[in-house]
Amino acid sequence: MTIHNLYIFDKFGCLLYYAEWNRLKSSGITREEEAKLMYGMLFSLKSFVSKISPLDTKKGFVCYKTNKYALHYLETPTGLKFVLNTDVNAQNVRDLLHQIYSKVYVEYVVKNPVVNLRDPIKSELFKVKLDGMIKQFPAVSKAS
Amino acid sequence: MSRQGTRLDAKKVNSELFTLTYGALVSQLMKDYDNADDVNKQLERMGYNIGIRLIEDYLARTGTGRCYDFRDTAEKIQAGFRLYLGISPVITNWSSAGDEFSLQFETNPLTEFVELPDNCLGLKYMNVLTGVLRGACEMVQMDVTSWFVQDQLKGDNVTELRVKFIKRLEDAIPAGED
Repeated sequence: MTIHNLYIFDKFGCLLYYAEWNRLKSSGITREEEAKLMYGMLFSLKSFVSKISPLDTKKGFVCYKTNKYALHYLETPTGLKFVLNTDVNAQNVRDLLHQIYSKVYVEYVVKNPVVNLRDPIKSELFKVKLDGMIKQFPAVSKAS
Repeated sequence: MSRQGTRLDAKKVNSELFTLTYGALVSQLMKDYDNADDVNKQLERMGYNIGIRLIEDYLARTGTGRCYDFRDTAEKIQAGFRLYLGISPVITNWSSAGDEFSLQFETNPLTEFVELPDNCLGLKYMNVLTGVLRGACEMVQMDVTSWFVQDQLKGDNVTELRVKFIKRLEDAIPAGED
């Protein structure tokens, strides 16, 4: 499976982190505009999904799929938003998103007392750990 | 680069070191500020800063979702005490409107060696907890306040922390959206 790129937003919609691994086509707009567009879409989609839902939803919007890629979305109760684009066949991406949150973000950002949680993430350690987790993921999904 | 080798085993930090560290912190604050109210305020602020980070760790560990109601919140707060301090306060004294409850502590590892001298009766030794609760709840869109109504350090049978729900905070809306 292929992982294309990752966005992390804080609860105010600021892009905290962006990374890409196999992105073959760029959107043709700046990173900031792209992030704004992405956040706006997520926000609207989320409110649309809960408005239109025939049942009482708790988790709400979790992913959408096109014929080329799938977008996976995890929002924590604290309002952090993790967005991961993968190929359409990727499995267990929700687990991966939760792992990124609990094993990388919480460990290397939240537990670092000198980091302001509202600033974009600059930590090299965070980047390395995230990379490691993404790169070992296909092996994990094959095993399970 | 890797910190794996130097990571401490979270389960093996000496609890007395933790207790004494907190004690040293409070007594230093007592030296730095003349009056107990100011110390209480500082403890609350420190707690707040702890709370806004601790909640992320709590959510990551427990994988818990949003609360259905305030009773649900009370249980999750209780679970938090179990997770971080190894104690299970009793949830009791619900207000009739269901927006206020008490947490009663029989024991507390942080006050194990503490005896308050007569000159600091105004001190709320555990006031850091009120800040932790405020910070943690604020991050999950809840405005709560809490205060101590009974304190074992002041001769009461139990320590009782009263928690009150004030309001739900709304999610941030991106610029240009309604």
